[in-house]
Amino acid sequence: MTSSAAPARLARVLAGRALQAVGVAVLVSGLCFLVVQRLPGDIAYRIAAGRYGYDLVDEQAVAGVRSELGLDQPAWQQLLHWLGDLVRLDFGRSLVTHQPVLSEVGYFLTGTLQLAAVALLLAVAIGAALGTAAARRPGGVVDRLTDLWVAGVRALPAFLLGLLLIVVLSVHLRWLPSAGQGGSTTIILPALTLALGLSGLFARVTRDAVVEVRRSDYVRFARTKGLGGRLVLLRHVVRNAAVVLVPYIGVQAVIIIEGVVVVEALFSWQGLGHALVHAVFWRDIPVLQASALVLALLVVAVNTLADLTVLWLDPRPRGQEALR
Amino acid sequence: MTALAELALHPPARRSRAATVTRRICLAMLAGLVLFALVGPFVLADPAAQSLDRYLEGPSLTEPLGRDEYGRSVVSRLAHATRLSLLLAAACVGTALLLGTATGILAGWRGGLVDVALRSTSEVFVAMPALLVVLLVAASSPDGGVWTLYLGLALAQWVEYFRVVRSRSALLLGSPAVEAARLLGLGWPHVVRRHLWPDLRPLLVTLASLGMVTSILAMSTLGFVKVGLQPPRAELGLMITESFPFYDVAPWLSLAPVAVLFILTICFLSLRRTEDS
Repeated sequence: MTSSAAPARLARVLAGRALQAVGVAVLVSGLCFLVVQRLPGDIAYRIAAGRYGYDLVDEQAVAGVRSELGLDQPAWQQLLHWLGDLVRLDFGRSLVTHQPVLSEVGYFLTGTLQLAAVALLLAVAIGAALGTAAARRPGGVVDRLTDLWVAGVRALPAFLLGLLLIVVLSVHLRWLPSAGQGGSTTIILPALTLALGLSGLFARVTRDAVVEVRRSDYVRFARTKGLGGRLVLLRHVVRNAAVVLVPYIGVQAVIIIEGVVVVEALFSWQGLGHALVHAVFWRDIPVLQASALVLALLVVAVNTLADLTVLWLDPRPRGQEALR
Repeated sequence: MTALAELALHPPARRSRAATVTRRICLAMLAGLVLFALVGPFVLADPAAQSLDRYLEGPSLTEPLGRDEYGRSVVSRLAHATRLSLLLAAACVGTALLLGTATGILAGWRGGLVDVALRSTSEVFVAMPALLVVLLVAASSPDGGVWTLYLGLALAQWVEYFRVVRSRSALLLGSPAVEAARLLGLGWPHVVRRHLWPDLRPLLVTLASLGMVTSILAMSTLGFVKVGLQPPRAELGLMITESFPFYDVAPWLSLAPVAVLFILTICFLSLRRTEDS
């Protein structure tokens, strides 16, 4: 392989993901637009009421809002405007708190990123430990127990897992606070809920990858030439297993985001999921749109990162690409 | 959505007698639940009938699961909730399967511009968490209606079927066997029936059983965070939320919907391997 192929692959990955991001943005804002259109009642009235208070709304104010926001135009023109605002990153202000949406969403994003980072670290640690332990003796007791764990965690939805943890760790044992934010202990329960759910798939992937790599010729050769067990593990097993594991972190990103919506609502953790659920509840459309958009783009970003990491771990061209 | 990941993760291997027995047990439990969901609502009392004087009554012979905080029959509410979950999930999976398979075969067969357009659409959906799509669509309905939930779930799921079917059918349609069939003058119905369907069926069964799990869990999750279906409708997630404040005094209230949810999930997950090898 020549050295010029790597930048070309990099460019291709980035271009593909950029296209995906644009598509996601259009889809999310289209869905949000649909939400607005289908809301009961006159939107201009609602917005005018939100701006001036319910008692001070008169026909004139409503008409002002209507012409200002172009609500008297046909739907397709409104949609174009909507997309235009999106391109200019003009999300407006929250209908409930009247804060600029961008700063609000920035705050929520920080909360989500903290939670997701801690959860991901925990999940990889638990999953990798379980998977490696199971791979030591395929078909053994540990392997079977891990299988059970994987199935159990997969079958428990995030909200049940969270409830279970609250009941056991917080209500009965009183070890951890059950909800809220602040102090270093509040993040443990929501992060653990997310991490336990994720750890199943990680454990399975790690197990399979490690078993495969340990059986491979290059590990046998490394052993034959006299490399110590730890060196073989670090140099050969871990790196090659990581090539399989990292793309799954990308896949997991979607699950993390889904889990975040529920787990944050359950533990009242101030993040995007919390914001999203409340925005739906209060019909706070600008916040709904912005947080949904940020969540979806987050998935694209994580997938891009996973792609790049694989490119770095394993610079060989992919099989399919070599065939083309 | 994890179905694609799991497909790749569970190669059709490791089939033992124990697995067969487990699967039979799961099938039996699933059949029992389906029967409960189908027959229950006709036999049992009205799930909305309240009698506040029987507040949190314990389980008895006539009311095997007791009564909830409004004195409603829990077993009857459970039957209605299970029926709702199963029917809605089946409808969503059916719709997603039809839509995804049709577009997948179309993309694999026509290639070119059709393929590019459909594939880029699917790329966008892949990057979207399903729950987000469902949440956004559900938000457009003022009262959390069943139809918007159905639309959201089906919309979020079709892409898995599309991706799997597209890649498989593109391979199959280009195979020498199909080419030979075409040269012999055998029509498309023959190709679909003899070449595409037998190959796609196991994949689709796996995807569909995972899709049932996804739909049921998504529905109850949205009910749990109070964004999906609204009370007083009996729904598994809603029942869990509503009964949670009483879990200390009336544990059967919370445990019943949790158990149903868990059994449904486990059973559908175990169906995944029926079409092995």
